[in-house]
Amino acid sequence: MTDPMASGSLVTSTQTEEPTAPGTIAPPGAGVLAVQRADKPRGLLGDAWHDLRRNPLFWISSAFILLFLVMAAWPALFTSADPDYGLLQRSRVGPSSDAWFGYDVQGRDVFARVIYGAQASIVVAVLSTVGTTLLGGLMGVIAGYRGRWFDAVLSRVADVFFGLPFLLGGIVILFTFNPPGSNRGKWAIIMIVVASLLILSWPLSMRIMRSSVLATKEADYIVAARAMGASSTRIVFKHLIPNCLAPLLVYSTILIGSFIGAEATLTFLGVGLRSPVVSWGVMISESQNYIRVSPYLLLFPAAFLVVAVLSFVMLGEAVREALDPKLR
Amino acid sequence: MGRYVMRRLLQLIPVFFGTTFLIYYLVWAVPGDPFAGKCGDRRCPDSYIRFMTEKFNLDKPIFVQYVTYLKNLLQGDFGQTYGGRSINDVIGQAYPNTIKLAIVALAIEAIIGLTAGVLTGLRRNGFLDNLVLVSTLFLIALPTFVTGFVLQYLFGVQWAIVRPTVSNPPTFTQLILPGFVLGSVSMAYIARLARTSIAENRRADYVRTAIAKGLPMRRVVGVHLLRNSLIPVVTYLGTDLGALMGGAIVTEGIFGINGIGRETYRAIITKEGATVVSIVVILVLVYMLMNLVVDLLYAALDPRIRYD
Repeated sequence: MTDPMASGSLVTSTQTEEPTAPGTIAPPGAGVLAVQRADKPRGLLGDAWHDLRRNPLFWISSAFILLFLVMAAWPALFTSADPDYGLLQRSRVGPSSDAWFGYDVQGRDVFARVIYGAQASIVVAVLSTVGTTLLGGLMGVIAGYRGRWFDAVLSRVADVFFGLPFLLGGIVILFTFNPPGSNRGKWAIIMIVVASLLILSWPLSMRIMRSSVLATKEADYIVAARAMGASSTRIVFKHLIPNCLAPLLVYSTILIGSFIGAEATLTFLGVGLRSPVVSWGVMISESQNYIRVSPYLLLFPAAFLVVAVLSFVMLGEAVREALDPKLR
Repeated sequence: MGRYVMRRLLQLIPVFFGTTFLIYYLVWAVPGDPFAGKCGDRRCPDSYIRFMTEKFNLDKPIFVQYVTYLKNLLQGDFGQTYGGRSINDVIGQAYPNTIKLAIVALAIEAIIGLTAGVLTGLRRNGFLDNLVLVSTLFLIALPTFVTGFVLQYLFGVQWAIVRPTVSNPPTFTQLILPGFVLGSVSMAYIARLARTSIAENRRADYVRTAIAKGLPMRRVVGVHLLRNSLIPVVTYLGTDLGALMGGAIVTEGIFGINGIGRETYRAIITKEGATVVSIVVILVLVYMLMNLVVDLLYAALDPRIRYD
């Protein structure tokens, strides 16, 4: 899927002025070829990176994502308050210079909680996305490359999971493995939520991968590789996967954003993350009974949530524009 | 065509059994006693537990329960709730509300999304185009429950323009706000889909021919351009109907609509497997049939696509 036209035209426009050595009669285009050989042709990712660097949307969203990642890794950099220290005396005291975002019902600092909440929200989203991409991608490659009954069986299995309505499926799964009132540690709860998101969303990743494998499988270079006696493993890893990865990667970037939202939605319904975990979804869910008297309890975590989702969706858009040769 | 439909319908069968059994199994595995709290503060008498266990086959293996359930289902009987209500009744009361909500949402997203998409697709890179692009991104990023709460607070409480919650059964006007909330994300997708598709076809040869023939712009856009650009949008709308019904649970909760989302939620908590599965059965059927209809519609809209 590399776009030879883009890199080729770029090279010609900048380099054909270069004078050829006097006396030698170069055939037209020879200079271009020589230059192209010297200047290593960029692969798909190199091309994409070249495009991305010029996109302000990419830089803005990356800056926000970096900020959120730092926030997730070292929350203490941003606040010295303890997110779990509650003082009922200051229950639902509004924003002030002491606590920028005010205090929640238990008298805990909302700003500190929003900062510490980034961790769980982002960890859940990133882990589920990595899992979905690996599982869906693997299944897609197997189904697309092996074909026949393998494909038929895997596709039907995927259809079964795809048929589950996302929210209802999530509620049922989480109620089974993470019933309200059960006493679990922070990471156990997070892993259960990750697993349920993974179960419900791998079929789409698989379909995306499968269709791009099917489209690439019969390409000349694959046939050529097979004719030269390359093993299946080599064909798949060296030729097939690098050329089929783009659509899945784009989808995965956007998926991180939607998983942040999905986690919050499930948490809001009372089956996702819950105390002792702090996440934006948990905070929004806790605030829902006080919206009419203290709307800021909803506003601040929701604002962080929206900015985070927006950053990942924007990054996904930028990456898609860069990876999709049709949009160039 | 007929063979294609047959093949698709046959493919639905294993998927249908797989999905429903999966749900049945999961609900069955939900920990907890289904009769806890059914008899007030004391434990239920043994005779009651024995009677209920017998009646609902609770002591049989999961597979037997599932097959019994399917047998009744084929005769049009969804079974009973533990409270003794017929599930057909429960669904009969809740389902129309959800369908109403989904239709309102679909209409709103189609009208607003298409208008925005067509306007921006025709004039790219203008002020309106950027405005729509930014606001659609924003809508996609907002989870439904945040949109719901904020709009309910603003329109229902702060400005008191509409009732914050709806009556039962809800009227169509009351459903406009919930419908907007439910359809907001899809609206953004439709606007973007329509925009891309219009902008792509705008440069097509047949549009240039139509303009060269001297047709008025209204006719070029309304007849030639729109018809060909609508195919992806129609596809999206079709598959979205199923998704809207399944996703209505949040919106129903916020606005107090008595729909299937709430029924399912109640049923999952009380471990009423039959109710959950019945609702999921209907959702899955709607979803799969809509997919089929969309694929067939595709062939009708685009003469280049043939199924045989």
